[in-house]
Amino acid sequence: MIVTTEKLTKRYGDRAVVDEVSLSVRRGEVYGFLGPNGAGKTTTIRMLLGLVKPTSGTASVLGEAPGTPKALLKVGSLIEGPGFYPYLSGRDNLRVHAARRGVGRTHVEAALEQVDLVGASDEKFRRYSLGMKQRLGVAAALLGRPELLILDEPTNGLDPAGMADMRDLVRALAAQGQTVLLSSHLLGEVEEICDRVGVISQGRLVAESTVDQLRGDTVLLIRADPIEKAHVLIEGSTLHGDVLHVRETDAGALVRTLVHADVDVQEVRPLRRTLEEVFFEMTGAA
Amino acid sequence: MGSVKAELLRLWKWPATWVLIGVWLVMTLTFGYVFNYLALNGGTNTRDLSQQQLISAMQPENVGAAVVRGLPMFGGAIILVLAALAVGSGYGWGTWKTTLTAGPRRVSAMAGTLGALGIVVVLLVALTFVVNLGASITIASLEGWDWSLPGLGVFQALGASLLIAAMWTGFGVFLGVVTKGPALAVGLGLMWAIVTENLLRGVGSLLGPVESLTKVLPGGSAGNLAGAVGGSGAPGVLTDLSGTTAALFLVGYVVFFVGAATLLKVRRDLV
Repeated sequence: MIVTTEKLTKRYGDRAVVDEVSLSVRRGEVYGFLGPNGAGKTTTIRMLLGLVKPTSGTASVLGEAPGTPKALLKVGSLIEGPGFYPYLSGRDNLRVHAARRGVGRTHVEAALEQVDLVGASDEKFRRYSLGMKQRLGVAAALLGRPELLILDEPTNGLDPAGMADMRDLVRALAAQGQTVLLSSHLLGEVEEICDRVGVISQGRLVAESTVDQLRGDTVLLIRADPIEKAHVLIEGSTLHGDVLHVRETDAGALVRTLVHADVDVQEVRPLRRTLEEVFFEMTGAA
Repeated sequence: MGSVKAELLRLWKWPATWVLIGVWLVMTLTFGYVFNYLALNGGTNTRDLSQQQLISAMQPENVGAAVVRGLPMFGGAIILVLAALAVGSGYGWGTWKTTLTAGPRRVSAMAGTLGALGIVVVLLVALTFVVNLGASITIASLEGWDWSLPGLGVFQALGASLLIAAMWTGFGVFLGVVTKGPALAVGLGLMWAIVTENLLRGVGSLLGPVESLTKVLPGGSAGNLAGAVGGSGAPGVLTDLSGTTAALFLVGYVVFFVGAATLLKVRRDLV
């Protein structure tokens, strides 16, 4: 495991912003940290980076305590938007960051190339578009080839094209074997990119598994006439209005059974809950 | 070292650094030499200063006093603004977050900021000395005065200048960390350096304990040290305490401001 937390908790007064969160991120995976705004994602990430001290519980990042130089030097992060000096160029901002991380200029150029910012690297940061700023943030996170990349809402504020670019970038990094912890409230983004997902709601981790496991088994929807006869013929089916739901993968066998019994089969299709439905169910959001 | 290098790089390329240093150099030249020179050559009101006093103030051998006398108030205010902006702006820009997740310990990150600010302030004092020396030599040559370079005593004045500058830097850093932003830090700092202590001195003429207190406040201590090493004729320069006492108070303020700011930086959550 690259990241583990055990009952990690942060309280402000009586309010638990993060409440006994126990999660784990494995090496080489893209882990989606999913939750509505204000669910506790950023606070959890800030605790993993040592910016916020936990009230109780423990966390380990690459086998080290969060916030220690040993841990931080192996982690690249972008939290709630990039923080750079507006009067410096993109390249100079990276040079400043590289000096702090103890890496050389070659890393700066490589990172700029990786996020496709070489052409704009001498422009002042304040003149960058939001998308360019986010990409520079990722470039800074990539300095020193970290073992773990933590990206907190990296597509926030981006237009659709910028969001697609950022997703492509994360996918490309994942393809190179980079471990990524990606926090987001955008379900499509997480569904598209992530191998495993942790869902946080009101400070509590309500689920942690692969996207497929979260979405559950595929159910077959069958529309037939007469539906009552089909319901009797197919064991374990449930009637939902004028359609049946069946936990069964062999659609061919089901259709043959119905046709042999003189049931008119009008529609058979797999029915699966979307991540959005699962998410709303778990978080109570709508 | 990486933290100092990073901070130096960004302070060096920060327009505000050079604007503030530039403003200070223009001020010290204007009030230290230009106005005195004009007064000497046809001015009708020389603020009760005799011609000999004006000449003495502009002599190259007295350049140490010229450097130190501006720092207790206006020079100090400029240094405080620089430090408060350098530290406070990082909260608004989100650069503290980037800094503290880059790798160094918080103490090292803070030491980097303090170290780089220290280098900039040493540069500011050195530039003030060079510019003042250049101005004084130019005037002395133009006027045909007998002049000599400053003696070893200039190091005492420069040391005092650095200590005063360090105190204002620490004050600015402290305010930047406490207020977590540049605007309030600069506002409070300027208010203190230029208004509050002067008001207290006014009240001090009516209330003895307040008068005693004003002598050892940050600006008061700085003014007393400047006065003890020969600085005179500038706002904020005092002669109520010995140089040693004033210096000890200033060291105490440096330790307090830097220590408190570092402790806060290390212990406080960055949200």
